[in-house]
Amino acid sequence: MSGSDNRSEMSEDEELPDLGGDATHSSNSTAVSGGGGDQNYVSPSPDQVLENVLENVLCFLTSRRDRNAASLVCKSWYRAEALTRSELFIGNCYSVSPRRVTNRFRLVKAIAIKGKPRFSDFSLLPPDWGAHFGPWLSAMARSYRALEKLYLKRMSVTDEDLAIAAHSFPILKELVMVCCEGFGTSGLASVASECRQIRVLELMDSDIGDDEEDWISCFPDNVTCLESFIFDCVEAPINFEALEQLVARSPSLKKLRLNCYISIGQLYRLMIRAPQLTHLGTGSFSPLEIVAQGEQELNYFSAFAACKSLICLSGFREIIPDYLSAIYPVCGNLTSLNLSYANINAEQLKPVICQCHKLQTFWVLDSVSDEGLQAVSAACKDLRELRVFPVQALEDAEGPVSEVGLLAISEGCRKLQSILYFCQRMTNAAVVAMSKNCPDLVVFRLCIMGRHRPDHITGEPMDEGFGAIVKNCKKLTRLAVSGLLTDRAFSYIGQYGKLLRTLSVAFAGNTDLGLKYLLEGCPKLQKLEIRDSPFGDSALFAGLQHYYNMRFLWMSSCKVTRLGCEEIARQLPGLVVEVITRDREENETSEYVDTLYMYRSLDGPRADAPRFVHIL
Amino acid sequence: MAHENELNLKATELRLGLPGTDESEDMVSIAKNNKRASPESVEDSGSKANSAAKSGDHETSSASKAQIVGWPPVRSYRKNNLQSKKAESESGMYVKVSMDGAPYLRKVDLKVYNGYPELLMALENMFKLSIGEYSEREGYEGSEYAPAYEDKDGDLMLVGDVPWDMFMSSCKRLRIMRGSEAKGLGCAV
Repeated sequence: MSGSDNRSEMSEDEELPDLGGDATHSSNSTAVSGGGGDQNYVSPSPDQVLENVLENVLCFLTSRRDRNAASLVCKSWYRAEALTRSELFIGNCYSVSPRRVTNRFRLVKAIAIKGKPRFSDFSLLPPDWGAHFGPWLSAMARSYRALEKLYLKRMSVTDEDLAIAAHSFPILKELVMVCCEGFGTSGLASVASECRQIRVLELMDSDIGDDEEDWISCFPDNVTCLESFIFDCVEAPINFEALEQLVARSPSLKKLRLNCYISIGQLYRLMIRAPQLTHLGTGSFSPLEIVAQGEQELNYFSAFAACKSLICLSGFREIIPDYLSAIYPVCGNLTSLNLSYANINAEQLKPVICQCHKLQTFWVLDSVSDEGLQAVSAACKDLRELRVFPVQALEDAEGPVSEVGLLAISEGCRKLQSILYFCQRMTNAAVVAMSKNCPDLVVFRLCIMGRHRPDHITGEPMDEGFGAIVKNCKKLTRLAVSGLLTDRAFSYIGQYGKLLRTLSVAFAGNTDLGLKYLLEGCPKLQKLEIRDSPFGDSALFAGLQHYYNMRFLWMSSCKVTRLGCEEIARQLPGLVVEVITRDREENETSEYVDTLYMYRSLDGPRADAPRFVHIL
Repeated sequence: MAHENELNLKATELRLGLPGTDESEDMVSIAKNNKRASPESVEDSGSKANSAAKSGDHETSSASKAQIVGWPPVRSYRKNNLQSKKAESESGMYVKVSMDGAPYLRKVDLKVYNGYPELLMALENMFKLSIGEYSEREGYEGSEYAPAYEDKDGDLMLVGDVPWDMFMSSCKRLRIMRGSEAKGLGCAV
């Protein structure tokens, strides 16, 4: 499962702008000489005492929102807080320079850094745009040698970076990389061999090159402290014997997610060595060779039966559906099941899902069709998160799921908090029903894959459906809209989406009013990503009073002009306004910018912008 | 009944690149063209509310459904890992075949054939008739029967006009028409 389910806080931007630059001595602290004969003894000033007390108290404050608030009280509190903050969250690697961070916070044990904007996942950002880990690494290697936890998302990391990191952080315990790229198995080899205290090594959805390095063999020979080892995205064969021995000498291992090069037979061997696993990614879940009729088949069922603590299953990357019955023994305990790489139909899903009474998180392919979703709805009453991905990510493919499935889910899974649903057709009625049946929704992401597609029964735009969601789901913080949408949809969002922090818009809206409604109506909006929508300069200006409060604004293939962007840059010097131009033919010109990406920054424009990025 | 390679598919193959450019560049240029298509098409969308999403694709309506960059928003990692999935190949691509005058229909699996010659030969065997030769100008001029098909838009098209892959993805059903009725379907310029 994606790391975000454990780190939902990570997606929130709470880093408030720095108030006064580097901390200086408070003018209130004066030394008071004490009595007695010792001329050198200076008893602490009242302020000093307060600061000491404060530092001890602040150690208990872990939430970064609370810490940000505490740091604003006065300079003394600012200083104390800076000295005691051990966990850092950098929501945008370009919003602040590494040096400023290491100057302010001295005692950091854990750091999370996020780089590229999310639309880069969909090839909307040219490669080499930036988000290099290198500069952060240099600063941290000097200042944070006692670093224990490193979390990187959408960063560009090189093999050399990993080698330096492995070398610079001798007590590194956790390394998590999500959606990163730029390195390969040789970088992993450095980590495996040098990070002797590593407990958590998680690589998720990252593009990792195959350097033909046997990195699994690089782990030291003695017993390891590995608790979580996730490498399902590594697209390279691995040394299985070395892996088997690694698992055998990792008694604390609880989470193991294998890549698709691990066959079901190999999975079996690993499972019998690690029955204590709680989270398992099953690799390919198919045999290396086709087992002939009558040949002795391994008893996979018993291997699963022996894993009494298993609560999270994923993998099934090349599943042969017949083998799915092997997981029956654990279904009753599962809280999380990821079948989103398993192309199975409703009939194949039903016998599994009907046993999963405790399921809270379920990821699946639309191959299970509406019928499969109806089975989910009947069995999984405790479901909190559902994601339905398309087998065919095309605009006009046959869509096996529709409003029928969505409605069924809404009726059966009343505790639903988060949904991502890809489909080819949808109705307002079903979306409205979900808004009423599932009032706890925090995340609602509906992707109707055909652009500008209306309600397929009434022919109406999807305005009313999304309007109902923002109106009835009072806890909603994240929304993604699709289908045919007019400005009215945005007026609803602006009117009711008061807690909205993240919004994704594509191929929607009629006029500038749409964007204006959002910028004027949603006070908590942090991350706004828009593509292919007819919003222009006048809409852009409507957000002037809000942009300093946001993490970023992305607008690609909209109607924003260069002059408009320049005006924003002029009026808001604390913003970095990037205009990204795609390659075009000689005679192709456009009055509109291809991509506008703007974000607040304490340290001005970055020095590493490639030639296709113009910072205004 | 010889069908050799006389369907002259190369000449009728639709390409968006300049003559002489190769296949791999076409998808890139299609993606580039499509990037601009959408904002303008928003204004039409109101009146085309009941038609499918293809209303916006002015430039690419002639090609098979070309994809917009980054849409639908599925990470390429996920798309690539489902590429080799087998469900489609397992289920086959069956379409109904009707013949004018015949009492009941047949079904053929398009996946089984490598191209037009094989398909036409199979139809000839199935219905015990002769279809004749295809030419871009005259269609199946002179034949007793002519094969036609219904595409996704519901239009009746002559078999053989478009590249085989495009035909496979757009053909909803086949109809074998009498040659005399098929006269109007010729591709005459």
